[in-house]
Amino acid sequence: MGRDTSNVSLARRAYAIRRNALLMGEVQGQGYIGQALGAADVLAVSYFHALNYRADDPKWEGRDRFLLSIGHYAIALYAAMIEAGILPDAEIETYGMDDSRMPMSGMAAYTPGMEITGGSLGHGLGIAVGMALGLKRKNNPAFVYNMMSDGELGEGSTWEAVMSGVQWKLDNLIAIVDFNDQQADGKTTDALAQVPEAGRWEGFGWFAQEIDGNDMDALVAAFDAARAHPDPVPRVIICQTKMCKGVPFLEDREITHFVRVEPDEWARALTILDEDRPDE
Amino acid sequence: MNDASLSRRKSKYTPRTVPVSEDGSKLTTSAMIASLDAEGRETVAAPFGHALVDLAKTRDDIVGLTADLSKYTDLHVFAKAYPDRFYQMGMAEQVMISAAAGLAREGFTPFATTYAVFASRRAYDFICMAIAEENLPVKIVCALPGLTTGYGPSHQATDDIAIMRAMPNLTVLDPCDATEIDQVTRAIADHPGPVYMRLLRGNVPDVLGEYGYKFKLGKAQMIRDGRDVLFVSSGFMTMRVLDAAKRLQADGVDCAVLHVPTIKPLDLETIAAEAAKGGRLVVTAENHSITGGLGEAVAAALMRAGVHVPFRQIALPDAFLDAGALPTLHDQYGISVDAVTASVKAWL
Ligand SMILES: Cc1ncc(C[n+]2csc(CCOP(=O)(O)OP(=O)(O)O)c2C)c(N)n1
Ligand SMILES: [Mg+2]
Repeated sequence: MGRDTSNVSLARRAYAIRRNALLMGEVQGQGYIGQALGAADVLAVSYFHALNYRADDPKWEGRDRFLLSIGHYAIALYAAMIEAGILPDAEIETYGMDDSRMPMSGMAAYTPGMEITGGSLGHGLGIAVGMALGLKRKNNPAFVYNMMSDGELGEGSTWEAVMSGVQWKLDNLIAIVDFNDQQADGKTTDALAQVPEAGRWEGFGWFAQEIDGNDMDALVAAFDAARAHPDPVPRVIICQTKMCKGVPFLEDREITHFVRVEPDEWARALTILDEDRPDE
Repeated sequence: MNDASLSRRKSKYTPRTVPVSEDGSKLTTSAMIASLDAEGRETVAAPFGHALVDLAKTRDDIVGLTADLSKYTDLHVFAKAYPDRFYQMGMAEQVMISAAAGLAREGFTPFATTYAVFASRRAYDFICMAIAEENLPVKIVCALPGLTTGYGPSHQATDDIAIMRAMPNLTVLDPCDATEIDQVTRAIADHPGPVYMRLLRGNVPDVLGEYGYKFKLGKAQMIRDGRDVLFVSSGFMTMRVLDAAKRLQADGVDCAVLHVPTIKPLDLETIAAEAAKGGRLVVTAENHSITGGLGEAVAAALMRAGVHVPFRQIALPDAFLDAGALPTLHDQYGISVDAVTASVKAWL
């Protein structure tokens, strides 16, 4: 498969990603479900509009590289890769189990399609710089996408990579920041994200776009613009997302990094999601 | 361009069915905040946080810093009690450590918290040069020591003691239970130099009280005596070997337990004197890689002291460990009470 040529709408893809994530959360009775629901639209546009890949050959040399810098978001990426056919539906019930291929924190050695091992935050963008350099050396026109979080904007290593990407004129590097204004202890904007985000990246020389990351049209436009931008600079899409998006009773819960869901609430969340199922 | 990462765990790369435990229940990945060994024991909530609050009442110099993990290191208790003495540094371990060094230079006694992996790996150079080389009184207190989460190598600090032991000037501590964490927190506040302390957080079991134990910085202490085996242990492994000792007793194996919460400086005298008594198999037990931790420190100390005794190590393998449920992993890697008991029986 190249870029998605089916007629399934992106909204329907995002719904399916949310659904897969809730099913996995139910298996473990826990999980970073707030992140998965919040980032589902970004992942739908990534996997069903922007990325070039072959579902049956996750190591295909021509693929766009999609790095999950944020290992704890693995549940979200598994949900997207299941919808994309990279991972089988049947494995949903193994999520987080001993010997599963889908551990709770994303690791390259476990999962087809998982490019890097996450978990220690602030690694992805630097690795992405190296892969973007490597692709250029090989004259491979693929893009490197690095999916990262606003919490990672606190790590010095992120900003080293930001400067490096500009030094090496990496126009094949696209950073996606899931800006949910949340990290482990509270709001990111109370910690190290004190100034408007796009300005920081622009100051370093990146082509920056800041959008509503739960708005499908805005996402599509931003991914298209990131790929098409003519200047020899790296690109960033700052996606303002809402944690738990799509399940109002969870959205309204006091938002924390690790959203607690009671055993009976998984089914309730699925029912609510299904009530608004978009057409194909 | 070969695929080294995939070959490491080839077995994981095939479709799986849902594994179940013996009683038929599903084994789920242990959450990071799970309280270890709390089941069926007395526990104390957030012993580190409460001890620090207590200390701060009389010690104006104490300040707290965290790198986005106050809730996960029990420092939130201090943050709530003393909001103006608490610094939320964001997820930036390096500047947290540098800033702690700066605060120490200005006369304060900073307690800086994160997970053990992030202090020992990411912030190492900053601890080494900004704090240890200058012998500054910064206390680095780290949750998730060794194998205390099922999240895989990114959060499993199986190498932190090896890393930290190699740093001159640094005192390295691996307390066992809630009472000891309380006592250690007070002791290190009075200690003039830098400290790395492993932390158990949440509802922490209390086990040493029944043995009348009291922590002394730099001292190894006998918790129970025995004729056949001398366990030399630290951290929660002391709880585990105490349990194993009870089981082995039933089989007629008499085990002593020497608890060594101060890994550096190591109490060479006590360890050598106990080992030299002879007639006992010396078994070190640690929640850490077999490389560079308590076991190797004890082995070297005994060799240097000329004490030649039968010696075995209970420790994690020198490998990146699996993700999964903690009970499964502790059995798999030989640090559960069952596994310790079985190992000792096999060695005798
Ligand atoms: C280097 C590093 N430091 C600390 C942590 C612990 N940690 C895990 S998630 C997290 C919050 C990070 O912020 P973000 O990714 O924005 O969190 P979310 O939006 O998922 O709440 C922290 C501090 C980590 N995984 N890696
Ligand atoms: Mg965030």
